[in-house]
Amino acid sequence: MPMNAPASNPADLFTETAFTRKKRRTEMLAQGLFGTMTLAMVIPLALILGYLAYKAAPLLSWDFLTTNPTHGMRKGGIWSALLGTIYLVVLSLCISAPIGVLAAVYLNEYAKDNWFNRIVNLAVVNLAGVPSIVHALFGLGAFVLFARLDRSILAASLTLAIMTLPVIIASTKEALASVPVSFREACWNVGATRWQTIQAIVLPNSISGILTGVILQVSRTAGETAPIMFTGAVFYRNIPEGNLFAYGIKDQCMALSMHLYTVTTQVTNAPEALPYAIAVTLLGTVLLINATAIVFRVWLRTRKKW
Amino acid sequence: MNPATLDPTLGASEVQIGITTRDLCLWYAKFQALHNINVDIKKGIITSLIGPSGCGKTTLLRCFNRVNERYGNVTTQGEIKLLGKNIYDPDVSLIELRKSVGMVFQRPNPLPLSVYENVVFGLRIHDEKGLKKSELDDAVEKALTEVGLWSDLKDRLDAKAITLQLEQQQKLCIARLLPLKPEIVLMDEPCSALDVNGTRAIEELMFKLKGRYTIVIVTHNMAQARRCSDECIFMLLGQLIEHSRTAEMFVTPKFPKTAEYIEGRYG
Ligand SMILES: Nc1ncnc2c1ncn2[C@@H]1O[C@H](COP(=O)(O)OP(=O)(O)O)[C@@H](O)[C@H]1O
Ligand SMILES: [Mg+2]
Repeated sequence: MPMNAPASNPADLFTETAFTRKKRRTEMLAQGLFGTMTLAMVIPLALILGYLAYKAAPLLSWDFLTTNPTHGMRKGGIWSALLGTIYLVVLSLCISAPIGVLAAVYLNEYAKDNWFNRIVNLAVVNLAGVPSIVHALFGLGAFVLFARLDRSILAASLTLAIMTLPVIIASTKEALASVPVSFREACWNVGATRWQTIQAIVLPNSISGILTGVILQVSRTAGETAPIMFTGAVFYRNIPEGNLFAYGIKDQCMALSMHLYTVTTQVTNAPEALPYAIAVTLLGTVLLINATAIVFRVWLRTRKKW
Repeated sequence: MNPATLDPTLGASEVQIGITTRDLCLWYAKFQALHNINVDIKKGIITSLIGPSGCGKTTLLRCFNRVNERYGNVTTQGEIKLLGKNIYDPDVSLIELRKSVGMVFQRPNPLPLSVYENVVFGLRIHDEKGLKKSELDDAVEKALTEVGLWSDLKDRLDAKAITLQLEQQQKLCIARLLPLKPEIVLMDEPCSALDVNGTRAIEELMFKLKGRYTIVIVTHNMAQARRCSDECIFMLLGQLIEHSRTAEMFVTPKFPKTAEYIEGRYG
């Protein structure tokens, strides 16, 4: 069909002006900068991991993982420390994750916006920033001495739990708050109780965010030395090798983080690869515990329908 | 072939064409949302786009400023010309294109800024030389006057835009486009969040803007299409069924499907 040419020359419409070109260059510059920063984070990380693995290679073996240290830590493996770390991480998260998540649900879903709850929220935020050595002293006073748990896995785990609790509460609240209010309104308007709403809609749609928060605390718990040094971890312990139930919760235990510290600062003539091998094991343990949670999270995400 | 036809009585040789598409197809991943759309939308008039939910009205609208490309896995095929210029030409700048093709959304989406900053937002981001305060002030007064908000808001230009009434918010969203002097204004169900008075206000505004801008409005409201538009396009399942003058389409629709939809037999 016939078509009149518009008044201006259509060939020149929407074409780049000098100013647009400048903007596009700025855009590319910005994107390049952000990309570079991402690389600046990824490359050192890869280098660190590669370097660790390379240095640790001579010592890493199944035997290294499953035998106790011998000859004043210079020979043998790290079994007692590895198992200790697993006990501490799992037990402390078993305490802090349920309490933290449920408390966060209360604070986000039930609590009214009054002065008391505002103070509680403020306290949570501030507690999340307390240095771990302070938690260590609290744990020593409260669990080891006052509650007479002595220095034990239980006391150390409780201390670690107290340390991670505020962070878990904060991250869980964040995840819950990201569920749109309109979803809750839809539930309330068919007569669902708050608990039914939480159960059917709020938790399923925030669980992956909640788990992310918890997962981040796994590495923090496994890496901390200060809180367990006073409350349950020891420099050396000999336990039955290969037995997953070698520790009782009233026992003292070794831990990878502290073992690494000991080996690098207290033990002379230790093999060069030893600290690296311990570090790799520590990383591996954290990754393994995280991987379980991540697989669970991915599975949950695929079920999320929006 | 597509049953789409353009009424030959429209006198196409007299008018200029605002938007032309030829064999426009669009896929979201594997799902084909638009099938061979051929349309010539005239410059300076109001064209309404009707059809049941999910028939591809929003998708078609979003093709006209190529914003579909931002929505993930989208493949487009065919030709789209705006004012005679193929917008898929390599020398087309998306920045300039979107500056010339404004969009108004279903839910008013004022930016979380003051009323004043909302209106001058477009000017500021396309401002090369550093506009003077007086120029910005003038632009705000002009745009707000044009959409009929000036007398209400001239003393509250610092108010947060999201605190306005919905109707005012939607007018503000239109005012936000005007300082950029767009060629085409796309409106995606601009009144569906508004009450009767809000709807009337937006419709009156459209009449005022008609002539200077080519307006394409998606609507679910048959009465609105009838009241406001000069021409009407009926879509069904990603196909363009009928495009004719509104007065004709509502009196003597050419296709039974159109007639049934207009009569409200399905929707
Ligand atoms: N981002 C998207 N991804 C996948 N499919 C989409 C997307 N947007 C729309 N669709 C599908 O394309 C079809 C047309 O949608 P739409 O253009 O929004 O229809 P309308 O605006 O007419 O109601 C619908 O079937 C819709 O499900
Ligand atoms: Mg739509």
